[in-house]
Amino acid sequence: MPRFEPWDGQRASGIIAEHSHLEGATLPILHALQETFGYVDAGAVPLIADALNLSRAEVHGCITFYHDFRAHPAGRHEVKLCRAEACQAMGSDRLHAEILSRLGTGWHGTTSDGNATVEPVYCLGLCSNAPAALVDGEPIARLTADSLEAALSEARA
Amino acid sequence: MSTAMSITLYVPRDAVALGLGANRVARALFSGAERRGLDVSIVRTGSRGLFWLEPMVEVATPEGRVAYGPVTPADVDALLDAGLAEGGEHPLRLGDPEKIPFLARQQRLTFHRCGVIDPVSVDDYKAHGGYRGLEAALRLGPEGTVGEVRESGLRGRGGAGFPAGIKWNTVMLAQSHHKYVVCNADEGDSGTFADRMMMEGDPFNLIEGMTIAAVAVGATRGYIYLRSEYPQAFATLKEAIANGIAAGVLGDDVMGSGKSFHLEVRLGAGAYICGEETSLLESLEGKRGIVRAKPPIPALKGFLGQPTLVNNVMTFTATPWILEHGAKAYADYGMGRSLGTLPIQLAGNVKHGGLIETAFGITLREVIEGYGGGTFSGRPVRAVQVGGPLGAYFPDHLLDTPLDYEAMAAKKGLVGHGGIVVFDDTVDMAKQARFAFEFCATESCGKCTPCRIGATRGVETMDKVIAGISPEKNLTVIADLCEVMTDGSLCAMGGLTPMPVMSAITHFPEDFSRAGDLPVAAE
Repeated sequence: MPRFEPWDGQRASGIIAEHSHLEGATLPILHALQETFGYVDAGAVPLIADALNLSRAEVHGCITFYHDFRAHPAGRHEVKLCRAEACQAMGSDRLHAEILSRLGTGWHGTTSDGNATVEPVYCLGLCSNAPAALVDGEPIARLTADSLEAALSEARA
Repeated sequence: MSTAMSITLYVPRDAVALGLGANRVARALFSGAERRGLDVSIVRTGSRGLFWLEPMVEVATPEGRVAYGPVTPADVDALLDAGLAEGGEHPLRLGDPEKIPFLARQQRLTFHRCGVIDPVSVDDYKAHGGYRGLEAALRLGPEGTVGEVRESGLRGRGGAGFPAGIKWNTVMLAQSHHKYVVCNADEGDSGTFADRMMMEGDPFNLIEGMTIAAVAVGATRGYIYLRSEYPQAFATLKEAIANGIAAGVLGDDVMGSGKSFHLEVRLGAGAYICGEETSLLESLEGKRGIVRAKPPIPALKGFLGQPTLVNNVMTFTATPWILEHGAKAYADYGMGRSLGTLPIQLAGNVKHGGLIETAFGITLREVIEGYGGGTFSGRPVRAVQVGGPLGAYFPDHLLDTPLDYEAMAAKKGLVGHGGIVVFDDTVDMAKQARFAFEFCATESCGKCTPCRIGATRGVETMDKVIAGISPEKNLTVIADLCEVMTDGSLCAMGGLTPMPVMSAITHFPEDFSRAGDLPVAAE
């Protein structure tokens, strides 16, 4: 089963309505939309603006401020590689170069088969066992290019 | 062998343990025990923070718990055959986990339950001393509770070190029908994981701490603003809050006191700046995480313009112990104006990384050599960064500095959130200094010019230094730029980025002149 549903404005309106009573509902809504569709479609902007009595500019500004929210569909699996200092101290720069070359893509890029999108993050809190990664939210400590490959083929299965 | 006895095993669900295969170990233990006809129950705990030993499996025996680690799924059959269920001998046997020197030497006030209990069980939490702090707070009343926090000397553990009692008092005295308690769980500093460990291993300690704060300042609603990079902590917190509501320790009538406290966990979205409290509040309100100018301070005008107590996870989680044992008992730990214990996080290129909770005053060298056992690579330590990406890089000759807010400041460093990242002698400090600017450029909220423009100019200028283009002149430009950022930035993001940069230049000048002064092409 695919992880994400195709964009559907009506479904999005339903999700927005479920959360619009919250204090500061914008982020919970955006997270819920991205969790459902894998990204935040531009069509969500007027829907959120209407529901929360905000301007479209405010909603657009919010979406684009945060690294997490994407404007376009991503790969089937999300790889977050930590680029922060504790991982650097364990050679993450070299490791990332190898991983990206194996995957044949760059930061924020998606592999040609659409299997994985690679995002940089700054710290996953696994710093005593660096380098670290998250694959679809599952942590990998003492990351190697091979252990990432294994995790991705497990996720594909 | 008798099969009648039920055996309790403990396997961590902490993110590091999971990242090292703890779920596979738990499954192997369960099926291995089943094949042997053993009646086994597995409790998923947090981690004790001895991370080089994870996944660390423990078994309850009549003599107390016995630990084994690091355990891989491949070890499980041999362990069960060796009698793991009775604490039997095996090369991975570590014995009583609390006698492992790394742990035995610590003073765990805040973390004493972490890795021991089932994190989402209210009963287990109470059985290990939980909710005695809140009981004391309800007895003492708001003034008494705030007084205890003030007397304990507790300072904000997020990095700024502001006296918690003063902040609590300000919110308590603020006049409003709606007040909020907000926990800053946007633990973005590299090398820090104490908040994550606590939220995954003993979330009720945070919930109790926030409830104590709410009762003290008169708030009825609270939020935990958690970074999205911590999906395990998010799941654990949600489960704990739901269990807390069911058990009556959260909700309309907290422990029968008649006081109400509603708590919710909210996810950030990958912005480091949202660890800054005013930016966090903007984000919590659903806006871009742009820093607010102070005053007004959040204690008077915070979330949705109401008086709001914002504290870090480690600040809230220190308070149940303080209320239970009294301010004086807490203040007996520490040195100078840094009282109590500091949960130190040892990370990076280190052999024995993990959580070290100990009284303020321990030196960096004691932490890195005494606890850490040197580098993971086995090479000499060259630099340590203390206090996250905005903290200073210290060379060997500063490692005898005690971890104390004032002593670190005197050496132009900071304690921050207590994270220590160790680098061996392969580190290139010019690259680290460049990264500090790059990180600031990526994560700046963009409100003030020194930070927004300064960070980008810093990267460009550092690139020239690295390329050997008039390094001396360009280092002068960087020093000048850093002065502007320090003095002119609105918050610590731009204000402290110069700290890693200038400490790298000051203590490791040889890394900034390697390429030599090459002839420069006309620009």
